[in-house]
Amino acid sequence: MSMRPLPVGEHGLLIELDDGDAAEALHAELLRRAAARTLPEVREIVPAARTVLLDGVADPHHLAAEIVQWDIPPLTGGRGTTIEVPVRYDGPDLADVAARWGVTPGEAARIHASSLFRVAFCGFTPGFGYLTGLPERFHVPRRATPRTRVPVGSVALAGPYTGVYPRSSPGGWQLIGTTDALLWDAAREPAALFAPGVHVRFVPEGRTR
Amino acid sequence: MTDSALTVVRAGALTTVQDLGRPGHAHLGVPRSGALDQPAHRLANRLVGNPEAAATLETTLTGCAVRLRRAATVAVTGAPCPVTVDGRPAPWGAPVRVPAGAVLEAGPAIHGVRGYLAFGGGVDVEPMLGSRSTDMLSGLGPPPVTDGSVLGLGPPHRPAPAVDWVPYPGVVPELVLPVVPGPRDDWFTAAGLRTLTTGRFRVSAASNRIGLRTEGPALERAREGELPSEGMVLGALQVPPDGRPVLFLADHPTTGGYPVVGVVPEPYLAAAAQALPGTPVRFTPPRPGQPSRGSRVRTGRR
Repeated sequence: MSMRPLPVGEHGLLIELDDGDAAEALHAELLRRAAARTLPEVREIVPAARTVLLDGVADPHHLAAEIVQWDIPPLTGGRGTTIEVPVRYDGPDLADVAARWGVTPGEAARIHASSLFRVAFCGFTPGFGYLTGLPERFHVPRRATPRTRVPVGSVALAGPYTGVYPRSSPGGWQLIGTTDALLWDAAREPAALFAPGVHVRFVPEGRTR
Repeated sequence: MTDSALTVVRAGALTTVQDLGRPGHAHLGVPRSGALDQPAHRLANRLVGNPEAAATLETTLTGCAVRLRRAATVAVTGAPCPVTVDGRPAPWGAPVRVPAGAVLEAGPAIHGVRGYLAFGGGVDVEPMLGSRSTDMLSGLGPPPVTDGSVLGLGPPHRPAPAVDWVPYPGVVPELVLPVVPGPRDDWFTAAGLRTLTTGRFRVSAASNRIGLRTEGPALERAREGELPSEGMVLGALQVPPDGRPVLFLADHPTTGGYPVVGVVPEPYLAAAAQALPGTPVRFTPPRPGQPSRGSRVRTGRR
């Protein structure tokens, strides 16, 4: 696995990897080492599409030199708990997505619900996760024109990712369904349902259109 | 638990509850948030005998006024402004004993942008992920205060110190911000990077708690398009498609897809938080071999 460390100010470090799987593998390794207390103190570990950011590092140059020499095991699927998210496949873009896939809306729902997803990273707004797991032939582009308001609980697709909107907001993803699951609840511990590394399955609720 | 210790009489342009923020949750998409001028926030707390992590009110340009339902020690720091208690002048940057029922007013900023009102015991609202800060990007924490808002105060921690040395901030004639290059300086041409350190930028009126936007020349890009989303830090200088750098402040998004040409070290961000729209901005290369420290900011602040 090739890792390119990039400077981020005086106390940050961005490690760029070849793809999302490698970034997730490095993130998992960082969490293992943090739990084992063999990682120097860091304030934030932020995985993203192809990178992992480390912030609040006393000596980023030294840490970068160490990390690039790590032997990082590839991700193993299926470990840990799997969160089940009930979903109604009733989104306004479901028919368009199904047409792109060359299937009926009902089959599109079955394809989505039979995939095992993993939260690759979070961002955009608290509780929003970028979930990978949909086979590449089912990747779809963002909508040409973003919606000014996407309802809370919308289950949506863009590129390699599935996401669920934790609150109403503007958005350009293709809406395929709706969930009543609370993605973010400040009164709950933990507040976020989705955290990087968590596995997710979408479970159809009732009949699909 | 909130004891409704104070009522907001005049909320001002934007007044929010702020403390040291909620670092450590960026991987969940949670911004750090917290006071934009951290030294001023900490100083206000010290003046009234609070720990520096106690919550204050952060005002924007026009100050605010509150009626205290119980007597409290109060201090106003940050952007200098007239301070009154029931209309009578009171010192700025010093502990002021405000009797029960009196109105404390922090007037419009004489210069600078953000003022801090600390109350003995600290503003007591329900913490969220360990912080009482209002986050203007994600909506976490209490909403900005409005006229008539009622807030609680915690119990005073210890007697307020008799004296503390309070520097009176000068006008910031020019914001000089050193920039540590990277991580995406290679997305800009050599000419674009020269523009960054030689161009005449100004603070845009579109600045807010999320970022200080600039007006000025556009940085020429060496490559087009967007990056796949990547983590963003406080002080990141992100360059959107219009080419004008945006300096990320406390409520910045945790990930983004526009390239970050460089990062301004944290000690310089307090001056950025106090720079009025129109203030000239100069980005400088960091001096080689020297760690960046706020004491070297050439802003005229003493």
